Amino acid sequence: MNNKLIFKYAGAFLLFIIMAQFSCKPTAPGSVSTGDAATRVYVPPGQHDEFYNIVSGGFNGQMSVVGLPSGRVFKILPVFSVHPENGYGYSEESKPMLNTSHGFVPWDDLHHIAISTTNGVHDGRWAFGNANNTPRIARVDLSTFKTVEILEIPNSAGNHSSPFITENTEYVVASSRFSVPLGSEQDRDVPIDTYKENFKGTVSFVKVSDEGEMSIAFQLVTPGVNFDLARAGKGPSHGWFFFSCYNTEQAYSLLEVNASQRDKDFIMAVNWKKAEEYIAAGKGKMVKAKYAHNKEDKRTHTTTSTILEEVLQLDPKELKDIIYFIPCPKSPHGCDVDPTGRFIVGSGKLAALVPVFSFEKIMKAIDDGDFEGEYDGIPVVRYESALHGVVEKAGLGPLHTEFDNNGNAYTSFFVSSEVVKWNVNTLEVLDRVPTYYSVGHLMVPGGATAAPHGKYLVAYNKITKDRYLPTGPELCHSAQLYDISGDKMRLLLDFPTIGEPHYAEAIPASMIKDQSVKFYRIEDNEHPYAVKREMDAKVERNGNQVHVYMSSIRSHFAPDNIEGVRVGDEVYFHVTNLEQDWDVPHGFAIKGANTGELLIMPGETQTLKWKPEKVGIYPFYCTDFCSALHQEMQGYLRVSPANSNVPLKFTLDMILQ
Amino acid sequence: MKKISPLSRLLLFISAIIMVVLYYVPFWQILMWAPQYPEWLTMKIWLNRLSGDVEIINGLNHYIGMKHIKPEMFPELKIMPYIVAGLISLGLVATAWGRKAGVWIFLGILIITGITGLVDFYLWGYDYGHNLDPRAAIKVPDMVYQPPLIGTKTLLNFIAYSGPDIGGWIVVVTGLLVIAVLILEKFKYKISNRFPSMKGWLGSR
Repeated sequence: MNNKLIFKYAGAFLLFIIMAQFSCKPTAPGSVSTGDAATRVYVPPGQHDEFYNIVSGGFNGQMSVVGLPSGRVFKILPVFSVHPENGYGYSEESKPMLNTSHGFVPWDDLHHIAISTTNGVHDGRWAFGNANNTPRIARVDLSTFKTVEILEIPNSAGNHSSPFITENTEYVVASSRFSVPLGSEQDRDVPIDTYKENFKGTVSFVKVSDEGEMSIAFQLVTPGVNFDLARAGKGPSHGWFFFSCYNTEQAYSLLEVNASQRDKDFIMAVNWKKAEEYIAAGKGKMVKAKYAHNKEDKRTHTTTSTILEEVLQLDPKELKDIIYFIPCPKSPHGCDVDPTGRFIVGSGKLAALVPVFSFEKIMKAIDDGDFEGEYDGIPVVRYESALHGVVEKAGLGPLHTEFDNNGNAYTSFFVSSEVVKWNVNTLEVLDRVPTYYSVGHLMVPGGATAAPHGKYLVAYNKITKDRYLPTGPELCHSAQLYDISGDKMRLLLDFPTIGEPHYAEAIPASMIKDQSVKFYRIEDNEHPYAVKREMDAKVERNGNQVHVYMSSIRSHFAPDNIEGVRVGDEVYFHVTNLEQDWDVPHGFAIKGANTGELLIMPGETQTLKWKPEKVGIYPFYCTDFCSALHQEMQGYLRVSPANSNVPLKFTLDMILQ
Repeated sequence: MKKISPLSRLLLFISAIIMVVLYYVPFWQILMWAPQYPEWLTMKIWLNRLSGDVEIINGLNHYIGMKHIKPEMFPELKIMPYIVAGLISLGLVATAWGRKAGVWIFLGILIITGITGLVDFYLWGYDYGHNLDPRAAIKVPDMVYQPPLIGTKTLLNFIAYSGPDIGGWIVVVTGLLVIAVLILEKFKYKISNRFPSMKGWLGSR
């Protein structure tokens, strides 16, 4: 062998190895914000954000109140989960809010937000949220940022496509992600493999009164598919509601494969005005159902839970023209109606294109009987006849679409981790930006309404990885704020969020901030155990129940020395905050109480129940730094043995008045 | 003695009758600012009542042992409506009488009432600021909390301002109108000689 040749080859090989060390691996697209991004999101000290962003907390069962464009969190607003830091779900007044037909449920999974609208436009009265696991809808009052009502949804499982609302908040909907057997106990105890015969979906229309009170107007019993998301029609399509559904394969195990077999699933169009006509004509059927309705009384700050016994059902198989199916490719997830109400965007989560349906075309196809068949007795509109067009090569894995005020749509793509901007009329892709990482929901302020406020877009991501300082295996979720006021989307801010945000809505701060309640008027407090003047504070024994009528004002409790309580008693501390000024809450906690604390707002009365089990002196104190003498705001309670004769006694060393 | 001119009568009438507004607006205000109260605390004094953040001010002042402000501690709130009614009547009587002496008497009583009011307010403020509960939680040696009579004063973490409210300014206008009448009476013939068209309003010698 030629030695020279060997050297040549060896040299070339060596060179290759050396070069390989220097040759860089391909660089991934970086994430940079540009130009004046910092000043665009900077809210100077003492100034206010432009938008309130009400963000679902997903598996934390709460909502967070965030400011935009700063991304600052102002409040964690407990809805379906107990919140020991303010006593929600622990105080006697709030416990009934979490009551269900399954008893007290301390947690749920809150996915979607709907801010009330009038004529399709935000009105700033309430925010609704859904409980996915134990089906419920909650209503939050946006003047107090407090959960004031929760309605359980019977005959439902996995209340995912909820709480979407109609144009004038006539209805808020709830529909079942899981189909389940309905009816009597016997009807419900069936083998899982009888899914096709026995499992049904339901879509509930919950009426919202002018005062906000919710009641189930009717339930549609549907074929056993999985409902995913929904949007109401608006403008020309007002009177209709659109629900995406998947698993038209009717699989009941290994859904990731078995429910991904058909090329198209459906968007279900519901003519709810038609349903109202049937009800007026007496075609509904009252069926037995058991579900809780929990509502807070403003005057007593106390929630009452009522178990309701029946619900009105309609069967669209018999009552024609209520529902129609529209084929939609690849297990649709998002189902979004544009601001004009003329177009419905379906997002097949396994698709590479985004179909856009035309409401006029759907109506024409229905009028012409232009159906491609039936699915479980329900007419299926011909796909091509309903289609306005498709957004080609938009991205991979479209999930959700929001809209701006200039006729553009923004679709999130989970798989390709990006937001794509396209024109609703021309279906032309205009711009795309990466998200960090794998965006789920996205949100434009007012983007779900007839008049989007525009300006910003927030992407709520499912994967965080390296975006922030690491905190062990469990990370926060990340969100990105984009400026959408120009032709190109621009990344402005990247910020961590609370829980796992799914959908969120944003509303101009000016629509809410001036109606924000500063404190509750003590004159309006009708709580039966309220103490309106310090001199009325007292302790009463009723059998083994001891009721402490306690007042709190800077910087003392009245009474602050209590004796005569015995082991085995049930002690109720009814604490009234006598302050009548903004931002002066008082807290209350007593040693050994196996509950949360109380955080009592000015003018409010809240009750902590406590069962002392050991003899001794128990200190209690104010937990919210209320004043310069907050550390002095404390008291003692003496617990004597069960058989003791220590008389009931309470004192306050009154220094004033 | 000659009567005052028709214009003077009109001005005198207006000066008296505008004081009716005092029954509908506060006449004095106390404003307080502190880092914790960027929105300002206010106390408005009316002829017969107090309004504003009186309870909040009481809540704060109890730390330094100041008295609890309540309407009962001010007998003035019972008599002031009558005093103002008296002033209005006096002005109207002076208008009807139409003599310069009446104008002087009205001005004199107005000034005496005003000074008496300020002295009374000062004495209350002195007592309120000095007469403290010995058991108060916060004691600052040699510190007194007398509110300013008129103007601004810093009291611990508070900036306190005291001054007329709408009603107070109306009384000032009343006084100025009465003084204007006296000036007008002095120069009325000069003016009417210069502007003959005003003779009907001012009279002529």
